[in-house]
Amino acid sequence: MAIADDSGRAPANGGTRGARRPMRIFRNLWSKIALLPMIATAVIIFFGGTIWTVVYSFTSSGLLPRRDWVGLAQYERLWSTAKWIISIQNLALYGFFSLIFTLVIGFVLAALLDRKIRFEDTFRTIFLYPFALSFIVTGLVWQWILNPEFGVQGVVRDLGWTSFTFNPLNDPDIVMFGLLIAGLWQGTGLIMCIMLAGMRGIDDDIWKASRVDGIPAWKTYVKIIIPMMRPVFVTSVVLIASGIIKLYDLVVAQTSGGPGISSEVPAKYVMQAMFGGQNLGQGFAASTMMLLSVVIILVPWALLEFGGRKRG
Amino acid sequence: MKLTTKLLAASAIVSASSAYAVDLEVMHWWTSGGEAAAVNELAKAVNENTEHNWIDGAIAGGGDTARPVMVSRIIGGDPPAAFQFNHGLQAQELIEAGLMLDLTDVAEAEGWEDMVNPASLLDACTYEGRVYCAPVNIHSWQWMWLSNGAFEEAGLEVPETWTEFVADADALREAGIVPLAMGGQSWQQNGSFGVMAVALAGLDNLLAVNRDKDASVVRGEAYGEVFQAFADAREMAEGLDVQDWNQATNAVITGTAAAQIMGDWAQGEFAVAGMTAGEDYSCLPGLGEIAILDTGGDAFYFPVTGDPEIEAAQKEMAALLLSPEVQVAFNSVKGSLPIRGDVDLTSVNDCTQKGLDLLANGDTMPSGNQLLSPDTTTQLNDLMTEFWNTPSMTAEDAQERYAQIIESAN
Repeated sequence: MAIADDSGRAPANGGTRGARRPMRIFRNLWSKIALLPMIATAVIIFFGGTIWTVVYSFTSSGLLPRRDWVGLAQYERLWSTAKWIISIQNLALYGFFSLIFTLVIGFVLAALLDRKIRFEDTFRTIFLYPFALSFIVTGLVWQWILNPEFGVQGVVRDLGWTSFTFNPLNDPDIVMFGLLIAGLWQGTGLIMCIMLAGMRGIDDDIWKASRVDGIPAWKTYVKIIIPMMRPVFVTSVVLIASGIIKLYDLVVAQTSGGPGISSEVPAKYVMQAMFGGQNLGQGFAASTMMLLSVVIILVPWALLEFGGRKRG
Repeated sequence: MKLTTKLLAASAIVSASSAYAVDLEVMHWWTSGGEAAAVNELAKAVNENTEHNWIDGAIAGGGDTARPVMVSRIIGGDPPAAFQFNHGLQAQELIEAGLMLDLTDVAEAEGWEDMVNPASLLDACTYEGRVYCAPVNIHSWQWMWLSNGAFEEAGLEVPETWTEFVADADALREAGIVPLAMGGQSWQQNGSFGVMAVALAGLDNLLAVNRDKDASVVRGEAYGEVFQAFADAREMAEGLDVQDWNQATNAVITGTAAAQIMGDWAQGEFAVAGMTAGEDYSCLPGLGEIAILDTGGDAFYFPVTGDPEIEAAQKEMAALLLSPEVQVAFNSVKGSLPIRGDVDLTSVNDCTQKGLDLLANGDTMPSGNQLLSPDTTTQLNDLMTEFWNTPSMTAEDAQERYAQIIESAN
């Protein structure tokens, strides 16, 4: 979220550059002093905690942290563990589809509501409602819906299609899609609302102009509205991406990593290693790898997205 | 006059607070029907026999879900008054860090040393000569539960050994019955493997692996047969998609599945369903191949709180848990065996009697939790559940990876 705030402020700073540049750090001095406690908290808790975790990932800490250095042993074990490899693959799969489908479905729903349909408030409430539920509740609900005996498969079979098979939660090959359905159901409503807000922010004159020129509505959306909604998309991507990387409670509630280890995710590996296996060192090593992957993806993207503004 | 009233009031407050009723939050993972009924007995005992209140902190989802919650609360400085663990190596580091209450004075006052049978239970609670936990029951893994009705339906005799059971598998399939019920949680699959290992490869081999961490035994012929048998069991369990162990037990109760390898806690479920041992269901300790039971079980640990009132209440509760009345009431409902040899259970059925006889004969072995660290257990759980759910993984693959884990075990 801090990144998004920066983007809003960037043009203002850019305008006053030039003459006042050396004094920039002293501008709004009092508000900066007032922010110091918050800055200190962020530095100590976030950076301090992160560094502590990375340092202790080189130890053989068990249930409690201890400074017994073992070098890269925890990382070697991590990358030779089948469960970790599967976790990474699962997260990549879930992340890819979740990002695309959430954006597409969120945008399409928002565009449909934007056509000034009747009962818009009702639809908006219905679509946003799942977001009010926690991942735990979502996971349990979808565990029941996808239960082969009582859920979708059972209902369809009772209707007469006795050979109908839809049992994703017990099939290792497609279990991640069972999770994906639940994740999309829960998450798209929020993205839809953000997109809708973005669309409402677009000037009516643009629509009038495109209508005068006889441009079809879909083309207006793709060629004009989407480029204008770039900041909204950036916010959405950040929100979705942070939801993907911390995917944990949905898995715990819906499949607890099963069948077997086929729906394990990195965050669950960390928790299991730290508290189930009483091996903090292994958990720290895994969480360090998670941090590293986020940094590798996020930093170049953030530089590209926000660093480029300085030229303009 | 006024002053006297004040003094009286003050002394009344003081005397009242000396008999202060403490809310004891007890965390555990006993949530299935039979287990919940048993916990209720403990809660009743605490509420009726002491001034304190039992605050139930049940965590659904089994020990693998509950233990992280408990450990993070204890490390985070917000410990419950008491919590359930399987005694053995699970709590060792908590004890080393001084987070657990020393119960040695209670143990000495109550004479636990002479009373707890088998003595290995108290040993598992003892660390460097001090007692840190109160064992409440004996549970053993080495049981197979069979539905008499299912075998009858398939026109078969109820088998007496694992070998006979395997021979019946095809006939059961033809009758539309799943031969073996198995839940989806990893500890169930790894636990069943442990039972099959001791039944088919013998106690010496099992101890060589689990206690002496001898990987060459895992790679040896005897264990190879166990892995092969486990791969066969995987096929026998196809067609039943359940998660929790009690759902699998329920499949045996209703006769959709013929048998389940599960510890004696499963018997509580049969009791709740109103079934009679010997008539409606049968049991085979050691899978009928070997006469042995492990003496694992549950114990309560009491975190250090630094509050003398809570500490007194914790010790009172610890003593109460091992009292004869509570032992009988709790274990009769739960289907487990009492930890003291000097009490008689109110209702002893066929299966419990078999267990008691083995215990009296000393046919016991240490449990997995007493031999393997939680880290190793987690790795083995992961491996066995991966094997169980990946039909393309061969018994040889699993055997080699099992050996590697044992090699690196500490």
